[in-house]
Amino acid sequence: MKNFPSNVNSPSMGKKNYLADMDYSVLQQCMHCGMCLPTCPTYEETGRERNSPRGRIALMRAVADGELKIEKAFADEMYYCLGCLACVSACPAGVDYADLFEKARAQAEEEKVLTGKKRRLVRWLTLRLLFTRPRLLRFVGRSLWLYQASKLQAAFRGLRLNKLLPKRYRELEELTPTAEARFSHQQIPLRATAYGEEKYQVGLLTGCVQDIVFASVNADTAEVLRHNHCTVITPRVQHCCGSLHGHNGEYELSKEMARKNIDAFDLSSLDSIITNAAGCGSHLKHYDRLLADDPEYADKAREWSAKCKDIHEWLDEIGLVTPQGEGGAQRVTYHEACHLCHGQGIRVPPRNILRAIPGLELVELEESMWCCGSAGIYNITQPETSRKLRDRKIGHIRKKPVDCIASANPGCNIQIQAGLQADGAGGIPVKHPVTILAEAYRK
Amino acid sequence: MKQKARIIEALSGIVGREQVLTEKEDVLPFGFDGTAALKKAAECVVFPGTVEEAAAVVRFCSENDLAMVTRGSGTGLSGGSLPVEEGIIICLLRLNEILEVDADNLTLLAECGVITQKIAEAASAEGLFYPPDPGSMKISTIGGNVAENSGGLRGLKYGVTRNYVMGMEVILPDGTVTFLGNKCVKDVAGFSMKDVFIGSEGTLGLITKVLLRLVPPPPARQTMLAMYPRMEDAATTVSEIISRKIIPCTLEFLDQVTIQCIEDYAKIGLPTDAGAILLMESDGPLSVVEAEALEMADIARKNGAREVRVAKSVEEANELAAARRTAFSALARVRPTTILEDATVPRSELTKIVTFIQEIGKKYQLRIGTFGHMGDGNLHPTFLTDEKNHEEMEKVEKAMKEIFTFAISLGGTITGEHGVGVAKKNFLPQQYGAEGIKLFKTFKAAIDPKGLLNPGKLVDVERKSRSA
Ligand SMILES: Cc1cc2nc3c(=O)[nH]c(=O)nc-3n(C[C@H](O)[C@H](O)[C@H](O)COP(=O)(O)OP(=O)(O)OC[C@H]3O[C@@H](n4cnc5c(N)ncnc54)[C@H](O)[C@@H]3O)c2cc1C
Ligand code: SF4
Ligand code: SF4
Repeated sequence: MKNFPSNVNSPSMGKKNYLADMDYSVLQQCMHCGMCLPTCPTYEETGRERNSPRGRIALMRAVADGELKIEKAFADEMYYCLGCLACVSACPAGVDYADLFEKARAQAEEEKVLTGKKRRLVRWLTLRLLFTRPRLLRFVGRSLWLYQASKLQAAFRGLRLNKLLPKRYRELEELTPTAEARFSHQQIPLRATAYGEEKYQVGLLTGCVQDIVFASVNADTAEVLRHNHCTVITPRVQHCCGSLHGHNGEYELSKEMARKNIDAFDLSSLDSIITNAAGCGSHLKHYDRLLADDPEYADKAREWSAKCKDIHEWLDEIGLVTPQGEGGAQRVTYHEACHLCHGQGIRVPPRNILRAIPGLELVELEESMWCCGSAGIYNITQPETSRKLRDRKIGHIRKKPVDCIASANPGCNIQIQAGLQADGAGGIPVKHPVTILAEAYRK
Repeated sequence: MKQKARIIEALSGIVGREQVLTEKEDVLPFGFDGTAALKKAAECVVFPGTVEEAAAVVRFCSENDLAMVTRGSGTGLSGGSLPVEEGIIICLLRLNEILEVDADNLTLLAECGVITQKIAEAASAEGLFYPPDPGSMKISTIGGNVAENSGGLRGLKYGVTRNYVMGMEVILPDGTVTFLGNKCVKDVAGFSMKDVFIGSEGTLGLITKVLLRLVPPPPARQTMLAMYPRMEDAATTVSEIISRKIIPCTLEFLDQVTIQCIEDYAKIGLPTDAGAILLMESDGPLSVVEAEALEMADIARKNGAREVRVAKSVEEANELAAARRTAFSALARVRPTTILEDATVPRSELTKIVTFIQEIGKKYQLRIGTFGHMGDGNLHPTFLTDEKNHEEMEKVEKAMKEIFTFAISLGGTITGEHGVGVAKKNFLPQQYGAEGIKLFKTFKAAIDPKGLLNPGKLVDVERKSRSA
């Protein structure tokens, strides 16, 4: 397919032109039928075409065609998009919105139309500094844990000092996740052998947010795998998968992260590489596409993508060993992380796992596939829309009494927990399905 | 647009500044609807929040010779809501209340911007049924449905949107608001003006409220899939079912390309090796449904169906219908541009048109995916092409012309449900002749003397401005 020349966004020296240079047929694939509109949370909010999938694609196509110059409004629009990929599930035409969206954000960054000191600081701190340096991230995680464990946070909140903060920061403070005392590599040995017969050897990705905030989920994942005939290899230092970078316009950095991760695993010796965080998984599986042009890594990336599996998907594939004991919770509802149901098309396996737990009743959640508003760092960048989505989710959760909410993405879990706290109607534990399963094996 | 600043200010005075869009990033995505390869730059889009606001906007446009394009969700398939020069788009999505479900009179009153699916759900919540179910029902508006007189999967037995419209509120081109029709089952008082507005494609007035007729839901349903090695046999089956005086609820047709595309998307286990499929649904009292289904299965087998499969549950039946609704969009998987046609013929002529479409595909070496409401004689031959390939697009144009001409020669029509808009405007004279077109023009001029409502759509009339 031919690339169409762009007159207004002509690549100046060294400047990349992601949209104009991409395969034009990907843009053309959208036949603007509108079937995706009712599933798009931002379109639902505003009713404006610009805030819809087909509207955004039209803007991208106009950029590629040279009819529209990228200015702040374009960039703002791409950041107003949640990246929830509900439109991908809805689109009968098979439009690859995930690819389009990453390229559009990357191009917006390339054009440097969004400015502001604060934005630059936040992006530098998160995307460039923290999420590229695993050890530093752990250090920050450790400090966070100390802050929380030392009861400073409780005191701060107890004295209502947080109420003195400007509203925006107060909300952010509520979102500060509760860090765990020990990281994944301190909880899981490098090589954890299968309980009983070993049928598979798998690698375990620990993720970065998961590693700090939900390290026990990683430990639970390893344990569950061992119960299912898998020997688990967990490399000590792992890098961020790069999804945050990819989704936030740092295309080159995300490639760098991908290469580092591939290097961390001995691919040929593994049957699969397991991820348990939906957001990471949906990105990790696309390393093949990300590195397709990299002569050194293209082949390895293809092997990686073929072997990369979400934990639920993997357990479903190899046949789950049914736990004998009862899971802790009785009535459980399941919130579907966007990047599991839309990003990876995995809807049934998590439910199968939950249903397999003796004594567990799965209560279907209304609009289970509607984004909770966490969406990567969306809750930091677009707090208002994020909060509306969160409250909508909590509203549905409150309709039916449950003992526990299952959800497979750290971002969602933090967001839902914050929402449960905010409405004051009582906390409900939010757990990864794997944790609920691990509890059942332990009984 | 001349005097743009003044216009924006005046419109903002009516609807509020934030309900008037003019920035290029805001208006660019209003430059198209669901029609392939059609695009026009929009300059200004307004979103009235009440009928009064909408009427005031129309009055202002009329006084200032500004053209108006009414828009619902923009899923139209003939370019009806495409922008026009020296004009604004009036998007009625904010008029989205269901005002009343009257269970005593079996009617529903809704504002025009309500999504079709919500109408069906509201009816169902009262134990009633709103049958028209266009493929786009999840997102199309009821106003758009009335303006296009949309069909659906149940047209065969239940008819199209027109058969359910008892009344409507309209804003005439000068801003006057009037209600046409009522809740009476019978009404012969004067011209049936509401019927003129049904299918008027936004060229006569803005439909702001719709009074709909509801019916009791059928007690039982049965859905079947008949698989054929050859397309013609499916067509013959349909003709025979009708001639045997069976009127099932649904007889939908899918050819092999369409089956593959849908299966790619929906993954519901359609037989991708079949040459064609008929989706047949019978509804009504259980005993009737059972007898009807048996007989249809028989006819299908007799006419060459290699297998007839019965849906095991309501869920499976719904899944099949939902998958069928995605046919058009799913076809976009094959090539960059998907141009679908809407030729319709009397049902006795189905086999002829199906064969003809296949021949045309061969003659011009074009890929055509065909699906449609076969029970209504309404097929959607869809050209899978690339708008950037001019040579091929010329062939598409020629092929389309031949199909239309052939359909008309069989006593058919150029469009069964998608409307004329801009896409089929040039073919209309062929169907109606000079006399018919003259009548259209006289009529249009009587209601919209200045030619301000959706100019350039359906039929060309001179746009008169005061200055001219
Ligand atoms: C995937 C897909 C499947 C489809 N399936 C079917 C099908 O099965 N059957 C079928 O018949 N059609 C079908 N359509 C076509 C289309 O959805 C219908 O024509 C629908 O009624 C358009 O509604 P809308 O709200 O999108 O209207 P728009 O596209 O916004 O407008 C359509 C026309 O109506 C006018 N209009 C809209 N609202 C009003 C109003 N309130 N007052 C006056 N004029 C108005 C506009 O000016 C325009 O001319 C399909 C379209 C798609 C994309
Ligand atoms: S993204 Fe898909 S569903 Fe949405 S308008 Fe484009 S083709 Fe249709
Ligand atoms: S990713 Fe989500 S928010 Fe963005 S266009 Fe798609 S559905 Fe809308």
